[in-house]
Amino acid sequence: MTVRHAIISEFEQVASEQAKKLAPLSDNLVLLDSGLDSLCFAIIVARLEDSLGFDPFSADEEEVDFPVTLGDFIRFYENAAR
Amino acid sequence: MQPGEPGSLCGWLTTAGEHSTLFLWGADRSAALLALRRGTSLAGRLGQLRGRSVLLIAKDQLAAGLALIELDGIARRIVLCPLDLREEHLPAVMKAAECDAIVSDRAATGPGCSEVTCYVTCTPTISPAEPQLRDDHQTEWILLTSGTTGLPKLVVHSLASLTAPIKPGTSAQVPAVWSTFYDIRRYGGLQIFLRAVTGGGSLVLSSPGEPTGDFLLRAGARGVTHISGTPSHWRGALMSPMARRISPRYIRLSGEIADQGILDHLRAVYPKADIAHAFASTEAGVAFEVGDERAGFPASLIAPRGGEVELRVEDGTLQIRSGRTASRYLGRPDDCLADANGFVDTGDMIAERDGRYYFIGRRDGVINVGGRKVHPEEVEAVINRHPSVYMSLVKARKNPMTGAIVVADVVPIGRPGTSDARARNEITRDEILQTCRRALAPYKVPAAIRFVTSLAVTASGKLARRQC
Repeated sequence: MTVRHAIISEFEQVASEQAKKLAPLSDNLVLLDSGLDSLCFAIIVARLEDSLGFDPFSADEEEVDFPVTLGDFIRFYENAAR
Repeated sequence: MQPGEPGSLCGWLTTAGEHSTLFLWGADRSAALLALRRGTSLAGRLGQLRGRSVLLIAKDQLAAGLALIELDGIARRIVLCPLDLREEHLPAVMKAAECDAIVSDRAATGPGCSEVTCYVTCTPTISPAEPQLRDDHQTEWILLTSGTTGLPKLVVHSLASLTAPIKPGTSAQVPAVWSTFYDIRRYGGLQIFLRAVTGGGSLVLSSPGEPTGDFLLRAGARGVTHISGTPSHWRGALMSPMARRISPRYIRLSGEIADQGILDHLRAVYPKADIAHAFASTEAGVAFEVGDERAGFPASLIAPRGGEVELRVEDGTLQIRSGRTASRYLGRPDDCLADANGFVDTGDMIAERDGRYYFIGRRDGVINVGGRKVHPEEVEAVINRHPSVYMSLVKARKNPMTGAIVVADVVPIGRPGTSDARARNEITRDEILQTCRRALAPYKVPAAIRFVTSLAVTASGKLARRQC
């Protein structure tokens, strides 16, 4: 499974578990408008750490800017995977 | 101590009836305690320890148990060193307790010990000796707390405070054969040791490094009737194929929260046993015992009454006042064991639901998920209800969104590693998450569940928790 697929799949899974209405997913989707709350994102990051084996947010010692759009989020993980 | 009761532990042996068996069974040898009436395990050197502050540091629990009986009423103070006491803490412990004698079964003990000139060897055997006159004064029993980090605290008890929770049984009963997973130098284990000695029963001692299955076999072979341990000890025991080699009349849990999962599991495996969970801590002593096989305790226990044990709730935390609590700490002049009114703060948080109080966790163990508090024990109690789960550890994982998030390590029932087990685990994972979602607020539900083959348990029998 590609990083992109893993992320999309977690978004859908967590939205369903948390009974959130997920906005149609596209790279331009602003994460704050996705229908997910901060707890959902916290869960997504934790699950991705288990399935991908890394957490790009903890990789950097400096403060990390949180991605704004879904495209940013995916690229953030893809860059860390390289 | 009740009026008319012996003033020293040795006195209990003198009053023990002829029906008493009073055996201490170690892993490879045993001792008949009544021989201590006219015998010694200290090579006849007990008299040299009179009035001294004695560091009791023995590898062998049998030798330690015999020495305890001899020293009470002779020594001014006994410092009970559990097996896992770290050597580097010895000098500070000895200094705080002003130790001027050492009783040990080791040739060399550790740092700080060379300055003490009075060194007596304790043994697991009893040789004939003239009885020693017991003093009227009460020996101080010093117990060490089981803090995972830093120096242990030295907690001052007396035989009176330690035996206050022990109620005399009916004399018609066949003497009990006690056993405990605990080290008898820990409060939980010492309670069982004292129940055996003062009740005319016998005791099967655990042995360091002994596999749980071997211990259960030994206890079973001696016909153990009463046995105690922490919920973690019991979860470990139930995972052993030897669990059914014992068939006790009485099972006691203490030292950790007894959740409904472990109570139900014990009931299923030991249908004939009375199962009780006790609330006790080294500082607060035994507060109460609950025998209705339900987690938590009746709210009626917390009532404005002048009973033997008074409980109150302050800021959600259980506080206890009774004659069973320790009196003070040694070597910590600024650290009060109890408040001005004599109440000991347990640090255990409780919440009432439908006329019953439930333990929700330690005050200092809270996970902060985006400003909302989660007690790991509360989540574990829900996970442990799943029939395919032996035990679980809920902990914090650092998270960029919420600071921390709840994750869980789960030990499933069944043989690990097979593809069948993996498939079963996936089902279990979904079921656990569904149960958690029904029972808990969303931020308390584990974001991730990992299946593991075992979980670390500390030397004092508690689930090893690392602060995040």
